[in-house]
Amino acid sequence: MRLEDETLFEQEVEKLIEEIHSQYGYDFSGYARASVYRRVKRFLGQKHLQSINELRARLFSDSFFFENFLQEVTVNVTEMFRDTSFFLSLRQNVLPILSTYPYIKIWDAGCSTGEELFSLAILLEEEGLLSRTKIYATDINQKVLRQAKEGIFSATNMPAYTSSYYAAGGKREFSSYYTSNYGSVKFNSSLVKNVVFYPHNLATDTSFNEFHLIVCRNVLIYFNRQLQERVLTLFDESLVSLGYLALGKKETLAMSGINGSYNFVDKSNRIYRKTN
Amino acid sequence: MAASNKLIVIGGSWGGIQASINVLSELPANYSIPVILVLHRLRNEEGSLPEIFDKKLKLKAVEVEEKEPLLPGHVYLAPANYHVLLEKDHTFSLDDSELENYSRPSIDVTFTSAADVFNENTVGILLSGASRDGSSGLKYIFENSGEAIVQNPSEAEVATMPQAAIDSTPACKIMRVAHIQQYLLTLHDLGRTY
Repeated sequence: MRLEDETLFEQEVEKLIEEIHSQYGYDFSGYARASVYRRVKRFLGQKHLQSINELRARLFSDSFFFENFLQEVTVNVTEMFRDTSFFLSLRQNVLPILSTYPYIKIWDAGCSTGEELFSLAILLEEEGLLSRTKIYATDINQKVLRQAKEGIFSATNMPAYTSSYYAAGGKREFSSYYTSNYGSVKFNSSLVKNVVFYPHNLATDTSFNEFHLIVCRNVLIYFNRQLQERVLTLFDESLVSLGYLALGKKETLAMSGINGSYNFVDKSNRIYRKTN
Repeated sequence: MAASNKLIVIGGSWGGIQASINVLSELPANYSIPVILVLHRLRNEEGSLPEIFDKKLKLKAVEVEEKEPLLPGHVYLAPANYHVLLEKDHTFSLDDSELENYSRPSIDVTFTSAADVFNENTVGILLSGASRDGSSGLKYIFENSGEAIVQNPSEAEVATMPQAAIDSTPACKIMRVAHIQQYLLTLHDLGRTY
């Protein structure tokens, strides 16, 4: 886009963000703009829409279309055992400590379509902790939550996931966790028997429980500093003393007001532990 | 250090590490324009690239951290498995969305974002590589009145990437690495006269 067009486009997106907030209650004002603009452009292209006005008309007349928009604009790209070193570290450094608790509560915040959730559940299962763990899997988007609950993923990714599983310290036959069917695989529903799926908006909702571990990876990168601080404070309020917080590889507490009450458990994998 | 109103973005893949070291090695530590470097890397590969560059260059080489401001005298390397975007306030945003041209980081993503923020003050440079990533981003820079520079394919270790860019932006400047390096030094001198 030319400079003038780009400026106009951005102004229109800003207006749309306000309208979405008043119409649907989703507040994107704290989202990092470079990504929002890029996602909206991409969505316009996918749907063959010529302008923000066309997009607006569809968004406010069709709630399914809006749900689709929500899914595309909030990035939902994920994979099983992403950053295998993170899962290995969780297995070696965090789960042994958590195993000393009679029951364990985990919050998978921004669980998207569930790949990370099933990876976590498999880890817990292999460490003998799954039956006494309750996982709260939340996302802003109800559509991806329904997908996460199903645990059905494309079979084309399985070779990559299988090698990631072993790199993350997998102890069994990876294929024992799922059944294959017509190009897709379904993970055993016993893995998510103790999972509560729950719509939760990090931008606007409050703390709803206390956890021993909060996993929120590659979500904060989409927020501005202010919203990041809100979310980190929310996590701080939701962690038990000596609880663990796991962020994405490129996310940090360094700039946050809560930083002083956390120590690194694993710096390169951004696993923190609350000190008080 | 004062913020720069100009930006250099460099992309490369196979052969791009050596080519970009050659392009950047003579730039002084106080070079007036920030440099972003997007090189295709193995997925999930860990660090080390910034250390390699830091040893070879006078400029300070670091991996991009989200929300960090762009500063002169720095070369910012795109981290493995993230796209690098720029905000209007000249800070970085990272993005882990879909691969573009089978790549994350993608050169197209960063070039496009750079042009949206720096417009005609963007200098895009595409080096050796076995991919077509970067072509449409370089074209976008050119269309927004920025500078589009491509390594001469005859000297590139793999010509695919520069050739694809020349095909899509025939009016780009085709230069040898030594010439690109000289040109970047000229930009520094121009910057200092302000």
